[in-house]
Amino acid sequence: MTHVDLWNDSPASSRECAEDCRCGHGSEEPGRGSGNPYAFRSLRIRDIRVQTEQDATFRLEWPGDEVPPPRSGQFFQVSLPRIGEAPLSVSDAGRDFLEMTIRRVGRVTEGIFACRPGDALFLRGPYGNGFDPRDFRGRHLVVAAGGTGLAPVKGLISHFASRAGEVTRLDVLAGFKTPGDVLFREELEVWKKGAAVRVTVDRGTTDWTGPVGVITTLVPELAFPDPENLTVVVVGPPLMMKFTVLAFLDRGVPLGRIRVSLERRMSCGIGKCGHCKIMDRYVCLDGPVFGAAEALALED
Amino acid sequence: MRPMPGNAAERGYALSEVSCDALLREFRKDFRIFAPVRLEGRGRFSDTDMVRYGEIRNFREMELREKSLFSPKEVLFPPSETLFHFAETGVREPSLLREDGKGLLVLLRACDIAGVDRLDAIFLGNGPEKDPYYEARRKRVVFALIECGPLGASRSGSFGSCFCVSMGTNRASGYALVLRPEDDGLSLFLEDPAFAAYLPPDAVRTSYAPSFPLEDPFPVRVPDPGDMSRAVREESLFSAAFWKDYDSRCIACGRCNTVCPTCSCFTTYDVTYEENASAGERRRVWAGCHVDRFTDMAGGHRFREKYGARMRFKTMHKIHDFHLRFGRHMCVGCGRCDDACPEYISFAACIDRVSRVVDAAASTGGDDHDAR
Repeated sequence: MTHVDLWNDSPASSRECAEDCRCGHGSEEPGRGSGNPYAFRSLRIRDIRVQTEQDATFRLEWPGDEVPPPRSGQFFQVSLPRIGEAPLSVSDAGRDFLEMTIRRVGRVTEGIFACRPGDALFLRGPYGNGFDPRDFRGRHLVVAAGGTGLAPVKGLISHFASRAGEVTRLDVLAGFKTPGDVLFREELEVWKKGAAVRVTVDRGTTDWTGPVGVITTLVPELAFPDPENLTVVVVGPPLMMKFTVLAFLDRGVPLGRIRVSLERRMSCGIGKCGHCKIMDRYVCLDGPVFGAAEALALED
Repeated sequence: MRPMPGNAAERGYALSEVSCDALLREFRKDFRIFAPVRLEGRGRFSDTDMVRYGEIRNFREMELREKSLFSPKEVLFPPSETLFHFAETGVREPSLLREDGKGLLVLLRACDIAGVDRLDAIFLGNGPEKDPYYEARRKRVVFALIECGPLGASRSGSFGSCFCVSMGTNRASGYALVLRPEDDGLSLFLEDPAFAAYLPPDAVRTSYAPSFPLEDPFPVRVPDPGDMSRAVREESLFSAAFWKDYDSRCIACGRCNTVCPTCSCFTTYDVTYEENASAGERRRVWAGCHVDRFTDMAGGHRFREKYGARMRFKTMHKIHDFHLRFGRHMCVGCGRCDDACPEYISFAACIDRVSRVVDAAASTGGDDHDAR
């Protein structure tokens, strides 16, 4: 009886493959075109911009002529073979670049931070629904982001802040733990040309001149001149999102006008591994962007 | 050539042990055969055996009279498998995805065929992508049904936890043949007449036709998923006090997840080889929603820390959430979770508790879904 061999497919499983195989062996883009949804492709790091002690923005070469750029709010499964794979959100994208703003918090991101321009990251995706800019055109858009939650909406904000008139009004609320944690300092300045930008920190320092307090303290300051035409986007850690949504509800904003982006552990990004399931939804397939009414009903 | 069998009454055969071995020899030319096997002394208690799935070559290796502790899902979804091989020069897929290989003949019960249907829903039907590793094996699988019989569920101790009739999984379809263990060999029913080609010459025609369980030893009242949804909306189900019992009773060992024929969750991780750190592989291993770290994210966020919340999450998935997505219950009523739990937690009893809460909500809320 060969019971213990049940899950060892065959000793041949690691043999050399044929010249005409489709697994992409020997190339740096394994499995490209193989139809294997777990296969990844290599993207070169063009530059790395340090944001804080633990966050940096990695700009990757994106073959824009082949593939349309992903949306804000979508994510990729990013690999460093032999280290691991993690779901990371897109912080911006264009025809020839893909940008991810990453916090060094685990094995994979540790490995990514050891990379230099010219090195490759290995990606598959994009996954998830993301934000559709068409949903916000002609409306008053309010974006409230906590910490690294600013990354998945950075592209969205940049888009509308630089295109006067596409939205009727743009408010950006950004909350960070301390002044040292503030992300996208340059962009926050640039956005002020096309948006009302408010940045707050939980704990100030002597050189911090802006508001101090959690992000919910900024919500009462907002003006909603056209409440019928308002859309609110809230992205951040779970507690921040919950209380920020409640703060907007307090201001009379209907739940149906608020959107959130959820974050969950994932191993696959394609609805198989089960880690991101909440009730009958899979964050990777049905999200990560959800209407706030739906998100509040999704109880862990 | 033997004549092809005609109507159902003519598709039954009796095979002695010797002719069973002849049959298996013929099968093994085209198939690898997976069946419950008895591992002596490997049971959960001293001097007890474990019955679980293994590849078999002859009749004596099969254990068809007991329920296997682990389900046949490991044939299709191994506890650990390699997704990619990493070498210095690049990445290779395992040969599984490139080669056709032999068929996989799996001996299993009606509930387990339903279990494979639930795995199909996740691996092949959830989202636009199919899982190619699962699919490569699934395409090669042929089912041989082990008959439980009308009283099968209560025939011996290991079947006392079965509730397939309550779950509606007591009947199956899509199998090629049916087996019933007899004192000397097997009764065999050819559902797919093409399998007559494998029969040994001394197989004796009989009137054998398979039967299915008609009654559970302990029937379970399964709530209607729509009523459950309403109880969730009315906030009576998630807040029900009985979930808290599991905070202390459950020890988060995940045995219920690993023995379940429908638990399909996995975690991927990369390994490097000790002998050569520039080579390694990406593996996936079974994961379970009861086990610590299932929801942990880098950075420290986690969800459902209390074990009762995990029991609720699993219960909702098995008899509600999956149903909303795929139109059938995930749980197939095999009762293996009850057999495996070291704390003697009964999932069947948990379903009954849910039913009581849902009924109470229905009697106070009336038929109007927006009544409260």
